[in-house]
Amino acid sequence: MSTFLSITFSGLALAGVYFLCAAGLTLIFGLMDILNFAQGAFITLGAYAAYELSLHLPMSVGTVPIFLLAIVGAIIGGALAAGITEVVLIRPLYGRPMSQVLVTIGLDLAIVALLEGIFGSNEVAISVPTWVNGATHIGQVVLPNAAFLALGAGVIVLVSLEMFLRRTRYGIIIRAGVENRGMVSALGIDVGRAFTLVFVIGGALAGLAGLLNTIAFNSDFVTPIQGDSLLIFTFIVVVVGGLGSIRGAAVAAVGIALLQNYTNYYLGNHPGWSQVGNLSVVLLLAVVLSVRPRGLFASVA
Amino acid sequence: MRRIPARYRSMVVALAVLVIFALIPFAGWHIPWILPGPEDILNSTGTLAPLAVCFLFAGVAIGYDLVFGYTGLLSLGTALFFAIGAYVFTITVTDWHWPFFPAVAVAFAVAVVVAVLSGAVALRVSGIAFAMVTLAFAQAFYFAIETNPHGLTGGESGLSLNDAGLPSIVQGAVSNTRNLYWIALGFVAVAACIVWTVTSSETGHLIVAIRENERRIEVLGIRPYWYKLLSVVISSVIAAGGGIVYVLLIGTVLPGTVASTSVTIAILIMVVLGGPGTRWGALIGAMVYEYLQQYLNKVSAEPTFTSLPAVLRVPLSQPEFLLGILFIAFVVFVPGGFTGLYYRHKAKSLQAASGDVTRRTIGSLVKRTPPDR
Repeated sequence: MSTFLSITFSGLALAGVYFLCAAGLTLIFGLMDILNFAQGAFITLGAYAAYELSLHLPMSVGTVPIFLLAIVGAIIGGALAAGITEVVLIRPLYGRPMSQVLVTIGLDLAIVALLEGIFGSNEVAISVPTWVNGATHIGQVVLPNAAFLALGAGVIVLVSLEMFLRRTRYGIIIRAGVENRGMVSALGIDVGRAFTLVFVIGGALAGLAGLLNTIAFNSDFVTPIQGDSLLIFTFIVVVVGGLGSIRGAAVAAVGIALLQNYTNYYLGNHPGWSQVGNLSVVLLLAVVLSVRPRGLFASVA
Repeated sequence: MRRIPARYRSMVVALAVLVIFALIPFAGWHIPWILPGPEDILNSTGTLAPLAVCFLFAGVAIGYDLVFGYTGLLSLGTALFFAIGAYVFTITVTDWHWPFFPAVAVAFAVAVVVAVLSGAVALRVSGIAFAMVTLAFAQAFYFAIETNPHGLTGGESGLSLNDAGLPSIVQGAVSNTRNLYWIALGFVAVAACIVWTVTSSETGHLIVAIRENERRIEVLGIRPYWYKLLSVVISSVIAAGGGIVYVLLIGTVLPGTVASTSVTIAILIMVVLGGPGTRWGALIGAMVYEYLQQYLNKVSAEPTFTSLPAVLRVPLSQPEFLLGILFIAFVVFVPGGFTGLYYRHKAKSLQAASGDVTRRTIGSLVKRTPPDR
């Protein structure tokens, strides 16, 4: 039973990371019809930004403040990269959705190659406070502290995104834009600024997700391809949840991460079954698409 | 050229290009600097082998263009079929000691079955979702071969081809580079023939019409679904053929080089660079892309290059970085790729020489570049 709880808990933490990656992606898609492949690069950039900060800040600052600054650095790194991408590359291609998708594909390739050139294709380790690498014992159940951070971040972001989308002026513009972009523009509201905002939010969350993935699931290591391997599952979360739906992304992230963790633990020990978790997720995608091609929470168009 | 009737003109050009490339193994010219391989002799092994790799990817790119350029579907599943061709061929030949032709036939048969099944599911959704689903299927296969089921696929360390049982003309990638060069060239020629035949047939016109206006085709009482599936299957079979040629050329298959998304993305970039939905676009784009990749790899190892300051050396030593930037530049500034440039230039010079050329002709030339949707 205690193992089951541990696995469930780490599954929920993974869901937190998936949700952070997927939230921006699904909003961007809902608003602009763009599948942002560069999200993978933003994830990786966030992790490397945190790595650079933790490397260059003087130790006298103390490990905990350094770690907090690294978190901020990851968020800002992702947000900056996404903001620049939107203004420089996406905006000039307005009205050419296929070109926008292709540009993000090229950007992902270029950024990952550049990071490989700068940091080498091997992994580098982020130094974190000892508490992050430790675990909390509740009775028999062992809960890694880094997983708390991932799960907590996921929950906080879900709640604050919902608040933002429901209560603030910009949130309402974004929601209206997802429903009917043409109508919002016709009312004289500048949807372009909402695009940039959504991109920046998506990038910030992706950067944070990159750091959390590193500390919770990658033993504090950063690699140039980590964002792209997360990206595949993020896509699946977004499609299963229903393109454009934040709640759908949250539910799909939990479902997919739990499925992946359970199948990996209970079936993955058989020889030749080590990838059963990943395969079951793809299978789930095929099943969901054959039953509900528009995803679980698709808005009825 | 003026006396050759227009409809045969492109056929003559294609044959001439084919003959020129087929004769390269006999040309022992010394060409400094520009060759992609380590040697400066045109028909050396070090030059023929990289050229053969260019051909092989050109063939796959031509096949992919049928789906992307002509049918207008952004498929991200190319690596799946490339890997099926490579792995099925290697396993049947090396582990099961099958002769050449049955192994090739089985590789194609598996590719067809998988293409029909996965295509039937993926085509339930359209647009971006189609891209995501095809990507997910390709990744599933990638995961599957990484697990090494029953020791079949060799997991992460991949497989090596044991070519002892194969016909002697395809044995030994080094000793027989010429033959393999011609095989790769033959593969492009066959791929081009298939795609050109399909696209100039009635089915091909329907496929393009579906890209332009799917609803309109449905109204005519035709189910676009089956035509899209046909296009996907043909393209997949060509990709599988590319996988087989790859194994013959390279001799080893690794999940990271054969089945990963990077293969899919490379092929997509080639087609976009060359100009999707045009006769020569995919071919030219693939040749340029592969050539640049190999040339940049060669250059980045040279001493004059390694002495550059890090700010220049690091980005320049990553071919993928430069190709990614080039790709972005093309998408933004040169939609329609190389062939798009050519058609626009031609339309302009026609306009300049106007008089006997009506606006319609110019319009039809410009229109050859598929619209961006």
